[in-house]
Amino acid sequence: MAKIKRSDGREFDEPREMEAKVGIIDKADGSAMFRFGKTIAIASVFGPKIFHPQHKQDPSTGVLRCNYDLLTFSVPDRKRPGPSRRSHEVSKVTEWALAPVVNLEKYPNTVVDVHIKIIQANASTRCAGINAAALALANAGISMKELVSSVAVGKLDKDLVVDLTKEEEDFVEGEGATDIPFAFLSKSKEISLFQMDGKISPEELKETIKLGKEASEKVYEVQKNALKNIKE
Amino acid sequence: MEISNLTKKRIKEGLKENSRFDGRDLLEHREIEIETGISENAEGSARVKFGKTEVIVGVKLGLATPYPDSPDEGTLKTVMELLPLSSPEFEPGPPRIQAIEISRIIDRGIRESGFIDFKKLCIEEGEKVYEVYLDIFSINNDGNLLDAGFLGALAAFKDARMPEYDAEEEKIIYENKTDKTFPLTDIMPFNITFYKIGDNFIIDPVTEEEEASESRISLGLTEDKEKIKINSIQKGKEGTMTEEELSQMIDASVKKFKELKKEFDKKVK
Repeated sequence: MAKIKRSDGREFDEPREMEAKVGIIDKADGSAMFRFGKTIAIASVFGPKIFHPQHKQDPSTGVLRCNYDLLTFSVPDRKRPGPSRRSHEVSKVTEWALAPVVNLEKYPNTVVDVHIKIIQANASTRCAGINAAALALANAGISMKELVSSVAVGKLDKDLVVDLTKEEEDFVEGEGATDIPFAFLSKSKEISLFQMDGKISPEELKETIKLGKEASEKVYEVQKNALKNIKE
Repeated sequence: MEISNLTKKRIKEGLKENSRFDGRDLLEHREIEIETGISENAEGSARVKFGKTEVIVGVKLGLATPYPDSPDEGTLKTVMELLPLSSPEFEPGPPRIQAIEISRIIDRGIRESGFIDFKKLCIEEGEKVYEVYLDIFSINNDGNLLDAGFLGALAAFKDARMPEYDAEEEKIIYENKTDKTFPLTDIMPFNITFYKIGDNFIIDPVTEEEEASESRISLGLTEDKEKIKINSIQKGKEGTMTEEELSQMIDASVKKFKELKKEFDKKVK
């Protein structure tokens, strides 16, 4: 079968052009930007700092607190300011995606705040946010076991593709589009984020995990390079 | 609930020997009870019990303008409320992340499956459609509110009847229920959540097991013309899973889906 290319000329297993920058916000303890094509996320990290109110402190471990949101003008229909139910959920799954790599037990009674803002949205915003946040955590000098690399795998009708654009996500022909965001720990390759909505068979789903794993390697390379090239 | 490390350890050790506190197998469900029509002013309602866990679900209809990207389709709003009366852990106030997450998983599973025929909920294209409110309340929390709420939603939709619509006055006359059933398709979704504790996976946990788990994964499945499809996934909590573990759970979910469907069909006519 001759392989048809995607509307933007990418191969099926090719993520969009990626860019990462570390240390973009001077006042933050750590910060980073991550871009998948037209999706741009920035993240900043504050902490570890004493957790207030005091009753929330945990003497056995620090607490990771993520706050993800879209900027009002980042989407075609202006997003109402303030957290939505969606952003609450994305914040939580981001926390779960990142927590396994952070050695929080080294920082008892503290909180590490991670703020993620999407400046421009074109699908995969949570993945871009997680990638930026992982870099910002590293930039803040917080003890980590490894990095986290996140990428989405999707299905367009019957084809499995990596890193869907908004246009592809809105695809309705045949079986329509399915989007599956993944996050992999960079070394152990364990999965810390896995969500989906759409329609996919059990066999295809297993295949997407493989594709996601391979694509996350590419994300990891971009992240590593960004950490090596921090401009003071 | 903060369970003690000792309890956690005992749960973990038990699972290694394939044993649980209540004597169930690792992938064995508690006794499921389903009762429909529990609240007469709702368009549809149901009570579901998984062992001691209990939820009640109601479906109400309203009118709304459709979303611009689907002008001929009704809309769905799903809310899960974790009532303070159902657990010492739940407190009054605006919904917290736990409730929001459960609402969104159930919403996604039902919406993506194609179970509701949204096109039949259109009154006037681009102008007026039915808005479906799916409200789920916890009555007693002994674990697995998510899967119980999901099953309750299915039962409530099955139970729902359309009220009369007054086209002239443009309003719903809630008192006059018709015999017309709520527009559903044959594609019925089921949600199965697996909990990872140590190296073991269980389904339908009680609160202590839920608390002891390191991560969980919810899979929403449907069957269309004998073919099983997965429609929604959510991995929760801080633990990670390997590719192999996920593959095992995907296979196990297919098996559990068939069991659950059989049981539901037997209990809800």
